[in-house]
Amino acid sequence: MENFKTDFEKTLKEGNLSEKEVAFKSLNAKEFSKQGFPNRKDEDWKFSDINQIIKKEIGELNFYSEQLKKGEIDKDILLNEIEHNKLIFVNGQLAQTDFSSEEKSKIEFLDNQNNIDEQLADNSLINLNNALSNKSYKLLVKKNYQIKNPLIIYHVSNNKVTSQNINLKIRFELEENSSLKVIDLVKDKGNKNFINIFYNFSLEKNSVLKNYKIDQFENNNIRYMFNNIKQSSNSVSETFYLSKGSTFSKNEIMCDLKGEYSSAFVNGIFSLDKDKHHEIKAKINHLVENTKSYQLVKSVLEDKSRSVYQGKIYVDSKAQKTDGYQLSKAILVDETTEFNAKPELEIYADDVKCSHGSASGSLDENSIFYLMSRGLSYKEARELLINGFLVEVINQITDEPIKKLIKNLYGLKNEY
Amino acid sequence: MREKELEKLKDYKYGFSTDIENFKAPKGLNEDVIKFISNIKKEPKWLLDWRLKAYNRVKVLKEPNWQKPKYPKIDYQDLYYYSAPKSFKEKPKSLDELDPKLIETYNKLGIPLNEQKRLNGIAVDAVFDSVSVATTFKDTLTEKGIIFCSISEAIQKYPDLVKKYLGSVIPITDHYFATLNSAVFTDGSFVYIPPGVRCPMELSTYFRINASDTGQFERTLIIADKGSYVSYLEGCTAPMRDENQLHAANVELIALDNAEIKYSTVQNWYPGDKDGKGGIYNFVTKRGLCKGKNSKISWTQVETGSAITWKYPSCILQGDNSVGEFYSIAITNNHQKADTGTKMIHLGKNTKSKIISKGISAGFSDMTYRGLVDISPKSENSSNYTQCDSLLMGNKCGAHTIPYIKNKNANSNIAHEATTSKISDEQLHYCQQRGLNSEEAVSLIVNGFCKEVLQQLPMEFAVEAQKLVGISLEGSVG
Repeated sequence: MENFKTDFEKTLKEGNLSEKEVAFKSLNAKEFSKQGFPNRKDEDWKFSDINQIIKKEIGELNFYSEQLKKGEIDKDILLNEIEHNKLIFVNGQLAQTDFSSEEKSKIEFLDNQNNIDEQLADNSLINLNNALSNKSYKLLVKKNYQIKNPLIIYHVSNNKVTSQNINLKIRFELEENSSLKVIDLVKDKGNKNFINIFYNFSLEKNSVLKNYKIDQFENNNIRYMFNNIKQSSNSVSETFYLSKGSTFSKNEIMCDLKGEYSSAFVNGIFSLDKDKHHEIKAKINHLVENTKSYQLVKSVLEDKSRSVYQGKIYVDSKAQKTDGYQLSKAILVDETTEFNAKPELEIYADDVKCSHGSASGSLDENSIFYLMSRGLSYKEARELLINGFLVEVINQITDEPIKKLIKNLYGLKNEY
Repeated sequence: MREKELEKLKDYKYGFSTDIENFKAPKGLNEDVIKFISNIKKEPKWLLDWRLKAYNRVKVLKEPNWQKPKYPKIDYQDLYYYSAPKSFKEKPKSLDELDPKLIETYNKLGIPLNEQKRLNGIAVDAVFDSVSVATTFKDTLTEKGIIFCSISEAIQKYPDLVKKYLGSVIPITDHYFATLNSAVFTDGSFVYIPPGVRCPMELSTYFRINASDTGQFERTLIIADKGSYVSYLEGCTAPMRDENQLHAANVELIALDNAEIKYSTVQNWYPGDKDGKGGIYNFVTKRGLCKGKNSKISWTQVETGSAITWKYPSCILQGDNSVGEFYSIAITNNHQKADTGTKMIHLGKNTKSKIISKGISAGFSDMTYRGLVDISPKSENSSNYTQCDSLLMGNKCGAHTIPYIKNKNANSNIAHEATTSKISDEQLHYCQQRGLNSEEAVSLIVNGFCKEVLQQLPMEFAVEAQKLVGISLEGSVG
């Protein structure tokens, strides 16, 4: 914490900030100093003690990051399979924006937003983010505009970073009848950083948000991503996680269904090995009548890896006719792995349909036998079963080109 | 005045209090009170030391506060830790010497202590405030070598057995309420079934809190030796009082090789009045240890009473091939609150557990199922099946499900299902069309919803419980 105090003061001096911003940052910094990194005593962190993990994997963190000169961006990080808009963040700093395929008047990206929230968050990692992230970014999709190509946000880190803590905060606003597709692509070359990303989404009437978070490539960073989504009537949000590459990752999503007939879909895949520890925590708040949510999370765990799924459906007493569903399944491939789940329901209305299911176990020996008796090798049979298990989640993706892209990235043949 | 009292009794027919002279320990929790309890029970020194050790831990422990139902702070210094009918200063040798008022109380509760009016062959140990008043059918049981008596008696007569097993499942290093119980427990039942014996009748304890400002801390210890079987029932009621009363019991079950224990509870403590005033705080620790191979422990509970119910009857499946089961119905109405569930801790190989939980909430109440299934890395080929269903009546109440699922073994399976719904209009319509009024219809549907659990109860209890389910929900519809 000593590091944090001095580094925070240094950051404060360098930023060109208004008085209000300084006050907001100081308040958050104070809160973070008080709370520190979450540990097991925190109900939300019961299964993954980030304090310990940071200590073990990184050690004392260094929080001060110098403004880097904009350098050339390696072409090899870019995806060529799909036409897309780009936002490239290198070490948490904006390096490139490209919305050339969209109508200029309909989409706006602002990089000098005042970084002030109305309320102080009761999440110390968001406090940390608020204290250290400089100006926050804002993406605005205007009324009646449907984005043509998906937006890929590249999260790149390299070894030029001077701190071991990267913070990024973006606000997304979708006006009435608009739509947005965002792919978060993790491309890390940097080592052993704690990456803390905070997204705020606000969805107006009839808007559609699709967010795909892809952490496919091997890296040894510690990652925390928080999606805060507020939805008005008839809006739809779809969130998909491919949780695979980082040493530790926790994806948190909080979704407020504030308008009638709004719906939220959260789907996720954990495909882990080599001591990795990943977690998804989803909280869906049904606050008004006739809202719907659906969550599906599947894990395949090998070689000392662990996955955690904490899902919660909250139904307010006003939220009659809620339809809420949660399903989590896990295959534990070998004895060294662990799957933890806490699928919670908190319900205050009576005319609702809410259910959850959770199942975990080993690969089904009978199915393997069946496949092998038809000429497949053990390895092929295993692969077929695991891929079949996971592809059910990928098939929930409603955008065909992106579904294809993700299957490709994950290494699944298209026939699945 | 009297009419008013009678009016109140309509809602909770066990709400009367017995006017009996009591003999109490001084108010408050301190070393002297513990010594007083130990002294009056003529306990050996090791037990007093054990109690004091527990008390020393209570002093530094903090009450847990993660539970959903919050309650006003309990002033532990303002409670009586020992209360007994005065006539008990010298324990009566037989039923004839028992204060007639006590016999009358139990008759009123429908528990005849008189063996001539045998209760379908159920042996009863009746606990009144802090002491056990009578145990029936002792002779029949002694013939088979079964020990069924109050724990105070067991401490005198079978110190070796008590010393060996007391605290072996709920040690004095446990959580606040369990440790408090270890320090100040007053009475309870003790059961020992010798190897190979199948207990010929249901054993039963009936708990009654009578005195005001009293905490009831009883301790039950059941040991089923190799190859034995026992079915044990527990019932509870308390008079209606405006203040909240604390009930913090500990129940320890130990099943050795091939033994089976079936433990059923019908809990009907005074739930407080319609506005949530008064009622019992039922903070109970129940834990069973399947110590031997092929052993089995099965918990069945029907929870309809108490202002706050906060308990998790658990199974530690230590022996290979052991089985743990948990069947529960929890009903909350008016301002009642319940946070209940189970823990299944799989340690041995090929262990199996099953959890069926049915929660019903009505009025302004709050019901939480909280459970843990933990399969440890060495617990090969184990499996768990959990089903928890909740039924809501009205939109002022809440139903919550908080399961913790931990699977650390690749060859083990865990399956969990939960649903929350209400009684559908179609179901109600169907029943009413056939001539039932709305309350009968609800009662029928709820009983159907609970059937899986009610089936697990012994015959006489099942009928009683079925009625109770109907009564608890009275006035919650329409």
